[in-house]
Amino acid sequence: MSTNMKMQSIGLNAWFGQKQALKDINISIKTNSVTAIIGPSGCGKSTFIRTLNRMHELTPSAKLSGQILLDGKNIYDKDIDPVMIRRRVGMVFQKPNPFPTMSIYDNVAAGLRLTGTKKGRNLDEVVRHSLEQATLWDEVKDDLKKPGTSISGGQQQRLCIARAIALQPEVILMDEPCSALDPIATAKIEALVVQLKEDYTVVIVTHNMQQAARVSDFTAFMYLGQLIEFGYTTSVFENPRSELTEKYITGKFG
Amino acid sequence: MARKIKGDNIFKIITGVIAASAIVILLLTTYVLVNGSTLVFSQFGLGFLTSTSWNPVEGRLAFGLLPYILGTLVTSGIALLIGVPLSLGIAIFLVEMAPKKVRVPISYLVELLAAVPSVIYGLWGIFVLRFWVLNNLEKPLNHYLGWISVFSGTPFGLDIFTAGIILSIMIIPTIASVSKEVISAVPDSIREGAYSIGATKWEVIRNWVLSYGRSGIFGAIILGLGRAIGETMAVTMIIGNVTGPNAIPTSLFKAGQTLPSLIANGFIESPDPVQKSAYVGAGLVLLAISIVINIAAYVMVTRLLKVKGGAVE
Repeated sequence: MSTNMKMQSIGLNAWFGQKQALKDINISIKTNSVTAIIGPSGCGKSTFIRTLNRMHELTPSAKLSGQILLDGKNIYDKDIDPVMIRRRVGMVFQKPNPFPTMSIYDNVAAGLRLTGTKKGRNLDEVVRHSLEQATLWDEVKDDLKKPGTSISGGQQQRLCIARAIALQPEVILMDEPCSALDPIATAKIEALVVQLKEDYTVVIVTHNMQQAARVSDFTAFMYLGQLIEFGYTTSVFENPRSELTEKYITGKFG
Repeated sequence: MARKIKGDNIFKIITGVIAASAIVILLLTTYVLVNGSTLVFSQFGLGFLTSTSWNPVEGRLAFGLLPYILGTLVTSGIALLIGVPLSLGIAIFLVEMAPKKVRVPISYLVELLAAVPSVIYGLWGIFVLRFWVLNNLEKPLNHYLGWISVFSGTPFGLDIFTAGIILSIMIIPTIASVSKEVISAVPDSIREGAYSIGATKWEVIRNWVLSYGRSGIFGAIILGLGRAIGETMAVTMIIGNVTGPNAIPTSLFKAGQTLPSLIANGFIESPDPVQKSAYVGAGLVLLAISIVINIAAYVMVTRLLKVKGGAVE
């Protein structure tokens, strides 16, 4: 495995109670690329992305075996603090979830405050820079004190991206970030995803194949908890090796 | 069709009358209390609220409520001081930490605490808690901190302090079960968002869950306070029931009196019309305190939410 792999899953299995949600998943995620995970509902794509920052284990009945490497080191090793992993691997959720009790400014600053960054110019600069990177700054710069939930759904989702960016993570995970958004807001997020890979490694779960084709460099197709196909997005969409993949991307099921 | 509409109208009228009766009962209660206490207020004026003397002997009649108002506030204050952290701890444990196998039975047991008749708390207080409090809390506190006036005196066990502790236990089921519902209602998406930016479990609870649920938790505390203020039987059995200037709560380790215990102790055997009126007046003051606290709580909650931009519904 070459060194420009940011993350790798090796022999990854995951369960909820007795039900196995992931079966022997092996995926390598390249640094500064966008990797899309596609597949029909219930195929395990959300479960997979949640194993990458140890969110999976927050579900009470969740279990896991196998390894996830971040820069070559297993994030499930006993001496690893999941909190530190989540600071390095940020996440954006399906439904925009800005913190309703916090202002727009505080939403972005929340993560930094946890690590002890106090008020002041430094914090102001990070908030501004994060909002700029999330292409939201111009729309909210005069309303930073308003609640994070006072803006539109698409803006809220970009606020959540800014919230993740503020911690300067190495990887950003996005779990169907556009599924609750209208087409215009979706287009903005997609443009943003492509920009983000300059600075970050992005993994995006989507049920929208066109979206995967538009934004990603690599695509993984999952079905019933198994990885069916993984490769360059162009080859997965143009010359799928598996019949199942072809059926799915041509809309014959899913 | 016509029959159906007629039935709906009748239903509407019946439910309307029932709803209105709640207001009527409150107004009637207030009327009875105001009417019954005019005599004592006409004799002593505002002195009835600010005086400390209590003398039912004919010819030397004097009634003042100040010690019992203070006694009510102090015992309820102790109850909140001890009861709120315990209740929140229970609620947080049940929602955020306990596995389901533990959560269900413990939730049920906590709610069952509310079903224990208060006279049983009183009995337990007299026979068990009193001695435990005396030996493990009052004596050490008095020994080391006796130079502070609130811990001074000769600890006896049947006093304001023990009454406050009994109350703190009695308000736990109310505050804990309402807070538990409030915390359960905090959406998981908020917890997940907080975890995703590297918050620890403790930070998620402190900075997000409690913050999101603060108005509901505040409401739970007010409900508990309401119970503490009005609780009669257990307090009467424990607090020592003194009257007059002696009942001023200058130390936690002396016998005292609250408004409810005052009424419960004396009302039956008060032949004198002025004295009877004084007890009714104590009831009016008790009702007023409860209403003022509830209104203040309402104002505080709405202001709290406005300050934060109305972010929480």
